[in-house]
Amino acid sequence: MTTTHRRIRVLVAKPGLDGHDRGARVIVSAFRDAGFEVIYTGLHQTPEAIVEAALQEDADVVALSILSGAHMTLLPRVKALLDKAGLADVLVTGGGIIPDEDAEALHAAGIGRLFGPGARTGDAVAYIRTWFTSSGRAET
Amino acid sequence: MAAVAGRKTAPEREMARALAEGCGAGERAALARAISVVEDRRPGFRELLRQVAAHGRRAHRTGITGPPGAGKSTLAAALARVWRGAGEEVAIVAVDPTSPYSGGALLGDRVRMAPLRLDRGVFIRSMATRGAGGGLAEAVHDVIDLMEGSGFGRILLETVGVGQTELGVAEAADTVVVVLTPESGDEVQAMKAGLAEVADIFVVNKADRQEARALVRRLRDAVGLGRGRSAGGRGADALAEEPGAPGWTPPVLTAVATAGEGIIALADAIEDHRRGLAESGALEARRIARAEARIRAEVRAALEARLGRVAGDGGFGEAARMVAGGRETVYEAAQRLLAGGGILSGDLEP
Repeated sequence: MTTTHRRIRVLVAKPGLDGHDRGARVIVSAFRDAGFEVIYTGLHQTPEAIVEAALQEDADVVALSILSGAHMTLLPRVKALLDKAGLADVLVTGGGIIPDEDAEALHAAGIGRLFGPGARTGDAVAYIRTWFTSSGRAET
Repeated sequence: MAAVAGRKTAPEREMARALAEGCGAGERAALARAISVVEDRRPGFRELLRQVAAHGRRAHRTGITGPPGAGKSTLAAALARVWRGAGEEVAIVAVDPTSPYSGGALLGDRVRMAPLRLDRGVFIRSMATRGAGGGLAEAVHDVIDLMEGSGFGRILLETVGVGQTELGVAEAADTVVVVLTPESGDEVQAMKAGLAEVADIFVVNKADRQEARALVRRLRDAVGLGRGRSAGGRGADALAEEPGAPGWTPPVLTAVATAGEGIIALADAIEDHRRGLAESGALEARRIARAEARIRAEVRAALEARLGRVAGDGGFGEAARMVAGGRETVYEAAQRLLAGGGILSGDLEP
């Protein structure tokens, strides 16, 4: 008689020092409209704080918005801390101004797809949905 | 999506055991996962709750509610810091509404709780109301129970006080703090939404604004007229029998949460209220009333689910044709369905 109500929980964070959160706000709205539960943590987050929040919120996905150019340090750092916290199965994805070759290198390091300028929010939504289904989380 | 029908399986029991043990040991990851299991009503969640309850721990539960933008999150964070300073461990549940259109939710309370980000003695969980129809989800009570069983001595429940959620807060908390601001109409809105009836403590936040004093005065007048939860003026029928601390008149405090002003006085007032409840026996009576309300809700939900099953089996269709055809009365049909089992018998576990 009790049915389960699994929802996709996405933590959206802005690590680092740039103060531009317009992109993050747009994606937060798109995720909510897609039926995700979006935990928005605000500006100027350290990787440590992001991972602690992801742990407490039991997030399925950590989506990072990085416009500062520091993606090559911040993204692997978040991924490494997640792994250390036992959260290796959490998807790390994100968006920002990230050159293709950087995205490839990050992908090789276990980071998911990254969305650059001009990407459609619908693509990010579809990507997360597909990942969620294939991760087996939908059935737990 | 659908729950597995039938008996508990070994992996579910093992999951419940491992998570309950982790919660008991204060492992944050275990608590976080346990909350998801309970919130999603995943198979085995009842067994998990049973095992965590067996830890036998007790926390004081403070509810913070008020209109959007009143400063509830900032106040909650400031309060948590005061308690942390006293060496207490604090868990916060921040509830935000689910969009009825998309089923999604924007949970943004962490933005205002930034000062607590890396404090290991604080655990913050954001929750959406999901299908609770404007009220508090039953799962909120369960989540608080999990936090309690994980050893947090102070639990803060933060909800937006619109619609019916404030009644849920009163049901879930030992002490209810209603936060208002001097913005025009807030007080009227609060009265309309039933916030005033559930308050054990009022806080006028953003008290550095000009109209604050007038609001404080109006609230004190209102409290003096016997409104307020503990003065016996509980507005909600469902809570009418829940006891307040004898002789408690809700104080009207002021605060500037962003500047940390008024927070210690608020913590003191909460402590006074808690002590009053504990010494008079009202705390225990409140817990019993809370438990009864939750049992009733669970029984009602189970009965409704069974009614749905009977309807699904065509039981209603047959009875309805009998009644419509004049071969049976409504009362005979209802009696026959109840006596036929199926509705009243059987196990809760999905």
